Amino acid sequence: MTGPRLEMKNITKEYFGNKVLKGINISVQPGEVHAIVGENGAGKSTLMNILFGMPVIHNTGGYKGKITFNGSSAPISSPEEAMEMGIGMVHQEFMLLPGFTIMENIKLNREPTLPNIWSSIFGEKMRTLDIPRMRRDAKAALERLDLNIDEMLQVAGLPVGFMQFVEIARELDKTSLQLLVLDEPTAVLTENDAETLLKSVRRMANEGISVLFITHRLDEVLSVADRITVLRDGEQVATMNPSEATVEKLAELMVGRKIKSILHKDREADSDRNTQPLLSIKNLHVQMPGEEVNGVDLEVMPGEILGLGGLAGHGKIGVANGIMGFYPASGEITVKGKQIPLNSSIASLNSGMAFVSEDRRGVGLLLEESVEMNIIVQAMQSQGKFLKRRIIEMMDAKTARKHTDRMIKDLDIRCTGPEQLTRRLSGGNQQKVCIAKALTLEPNILFVSEPTRGIDVGAKRLILDLLVELNRKSGVTIVMTSSELSELRSICDRIAIIYKGRLEGILSPDESNAKYGLMMAGALAHKRKAAS
Amino acid sequence: MSDDIRNPDRKMTLQMVAPESRHEQAYKYYLRKNVVPLVFLILCILGGYYSGLSLPFLINEIITRMARNSFIVISLIVPILAGMGLNFGIVLGAMAGQFGYVATANFQMTGFTGFFVTVLITVPLAIIFGWLTGKLFNQSKGKEMITGIILGFFANGIYQLILLYFMGNIIPIRVPTMLLSTGIGIRNTIDIKGMHYAIDNLWKIRLQIPGFIFPIIIPVVTLAALAALCIAVHFLFKTKLGQEFRATGQNRQIAEVAGIKVDRIRILAIIFSTVLAGIGQVIFLQNLGNINTYGSHVQVGTFAVAAILIGGASVTKATISQALLGTLLFHTLFIVSPLAGKNLIGDAMIGEYFRVFITYGVIGVALALHAWQAKQKRR
Repeated sequence: MTGPRLEMKNITKEYFGNKVLKGINISVQPGEVHAIVGENGAGKSTLMNILFGMPVIHNTGGYKGKITFNGSSAPISSPEEAMEMGIGMVHQEFMLLPGFTIMENIKLNREPTLPNIWSSIFGEKMRTLDIPRMRRDAKAALERLDLNIDEMLQVAGLPVGFMQFVEIARELDKTSLQLLVLDEPTAVLTENDAETLLKSVRRMANEGISVLFITHRLDEVLSVADRITVLRDGEQVATMNPSEATVEKLAELMVGRKIKSILHKDREADSDRNTQPLLSIKNLHVQMPGEEVNGVDLEVMPGEILGLGGLAGHGKIGVANGIMGFYPASGEITVKGKQIPLNSSIASLNSGMAFVSEDRRGVGLLLEESVEMNIIVQAMQSQGKFLKRRIIEMMDAKTARKHTDRMIKDLDIRCTGPEQLTRRLSGGNQQKVCIAKALTLEPNILFVSEPTRGIDVGAKRLILDLLVELNRKSGVTIVMTSSELSELRSICDRIAIIYKGRLEGILSPDESNAKYGLMMAGALAHKRKAAS
Repeated sequence: MSDDIRNPDRKMTLQMVAPESRHEQAYKYYLRKNVVPLVFLILCILGGYYSGLSLPFLINEIITRMARNSFIVISLIVPILAGMGLNFGIVLGAMAGQFGYVATANFQMTGFTGFFVTVLITVPLAIIFGWLTGKLFNQSKGKEMITGIILGFFANGIYQLILLYFMGNIIPIRVPTMLLSTGIGIRNTIDIKGMHYAIDNLWKIRLQIPGFIFPIIIPVVTLAALAALCIAVHFLFKTKLGQEFRATGQNRQIAEVAGIKVDRIRILAIIFSTVLAGIGQVIFLQNLGNINTYGSHVQVGTFAVAAILIGGASVTKATISQALLGTLLFHTLFIVSPLAGKNLIGDAMIGEYFRVFITYGVIGVALALHAWQAKQKRR
């Protein structure tokens, strides 16, 4: 076959006016392993969803651009269509039925069947499943991956590594498979498993199957890919051969941004005024699904803004949630030298910590309540503020209103008044209500998770400025978790990078892009492992 | 568990539990899994003992009730495995069956012919009702059970409107004794004496047990129909369609991505269930010989659901044997509890109260357990 197997030309995608892909061009030859690297939110998954015709794309207005497959135009509009054309996809979250056996999963909806009396009356659907053949096919697919496992085992109890292989085996079993998309296949694998997987990827490529390989583990990219495309903020920053690339170069391309470092300059002078940490975290473990923390040690100095960065799924979000008692945690937390019991939101609140959750609409706000109620409810419950005693305790409407009015004015919350329901507010103003709620507790330490997620650009700046102002004027120590590195670098004094649930290192915001990229990809952890 | 998965140093081997503890675990697992049927088995044995009923009488009663009730209980299996929970919407199937009987009673049909025509009328009606129910359930995914219960109430209203107001008024009824004295609306009971035991009496075997006066009577054809149904359901889950039911039940989204037409499969599951319930109700009523026009269908859903749950099924898992065992235990309790209550406490109502309490209690506990398990899973 001549010509590329897949060509994506000038692919553009908007989500509600927000451009997430800006003219991507990718071409993949038969038997080529094409790696796509980029940070979270760079647009990798969106690009693959377009290629696979996922409903989420078409429900949000479709995409612009042209896709050609094997030389003919292919406007893929549904996953079935993509599958029929020979595109297979292994999703980041597993698409396996837990109660089915490996074999049933591999052959899902492609089961070989045998005719019987009923099928001749009621049609195809009443054909009996050909179990022996299903087993044979499944076995063959697993063997192509060098995997020796009983195909009759239930998927539910399998280790994650196996599940990944079962997914790939399912795609391999499709005889028409021409292009396989692997979405971060090694993210959940151990080093050994990852190696096995990379070997099978190469083997598939040698058989003539094209592979699109999405990852942010840069060393893997160099060892397995024939071509590398780097995405950043929906833009295609580079496409190159692995011979031209190094891990450092890729890391810089992946992260690189012109960073508006505006605020932290004036701080250098007084940063050493206090050497006693305000909050110290020792060996923190948090069981937050998808964001597990496996032993973080960290010290927060009074008066600083500490950033927590890292890629999604590595546990940065788990830290604040664990400390605030939202998810089961173990370890040792001391505030001003006093140990705080874990797994108790009240204890954490009483020790002067407050939390602005990343789940604004779920955890952060009572959407059906007024702005006023949202701002005061936590202080009322945990600290007994805004209450007065008239035989029974009642809400003190007057002071509550006074406080709310002040907050609305101070934080510039755009609303029709304290009575407005928070559901009606825009994302930025909802976030301000969340912050106001936390401030009402008069905290010493404020945890802020993903404060700008889902907020438009203008409001983002306002929120960040607000945080800085709080820090400078009221002396609130802030621990901010964010997936957006540029945001962390623009306001934080120090940035701690979390990798695989552990502290990878602490960087100053001025550090080079390459260094950030390496740390987020866990270069140090890999080096340590190699050394030991 | 989750710790294990995430631990990057873990070797790629399946963990094996030591054999002894495995045995013990299997034993405990078995006990925990079957605790509901076991408790009810004990209750039935105690109740049977204190009721003072003779064995042949008890066995006869059980056989009768198994033959007439199992069909409806089995109709719940397909929606459960298709992930739609307990289909309280089978009440609509029962209504279809009763509409069938109103028609055949109106034409004064009798015997097996009458029964057969009733089934012929019931099936298409049940298909339409099932299709509508399935459509509705697709609009309320994840809330099928409560939707089904309320749908039952709503459908009951329409049922009453048709039978109380339309019949004899818009829909002509030939048999005046079926109508109320005003000439509009069906009476409280419909007499279907002509079709009483229409299939039960086709072939009856009498077994004489030595030492007892009464023989045990076995309605062979009814039981054969039940056996055929069990085999058919068993076969269904060996087919492509059955696999699609199961895949949809496990996870809608994944099934969808695999190319299964989930919405269609769900509607099909409900149609299956409604049709079986309709036929089940026809079998049930031919055994009774009369229809409580405004009452026979009302509790079909709750009783069938209670029976299958007592058999050890859950909102997400059910087998044919669970359905049969559940029917057996539930109806044995039905038979013995009033008498046992009378003999123990001197009041038959106490036993009756106890039974009603158990019926709804079991449903409540099963639903609470389901909610709890779903919550555990989410963590």
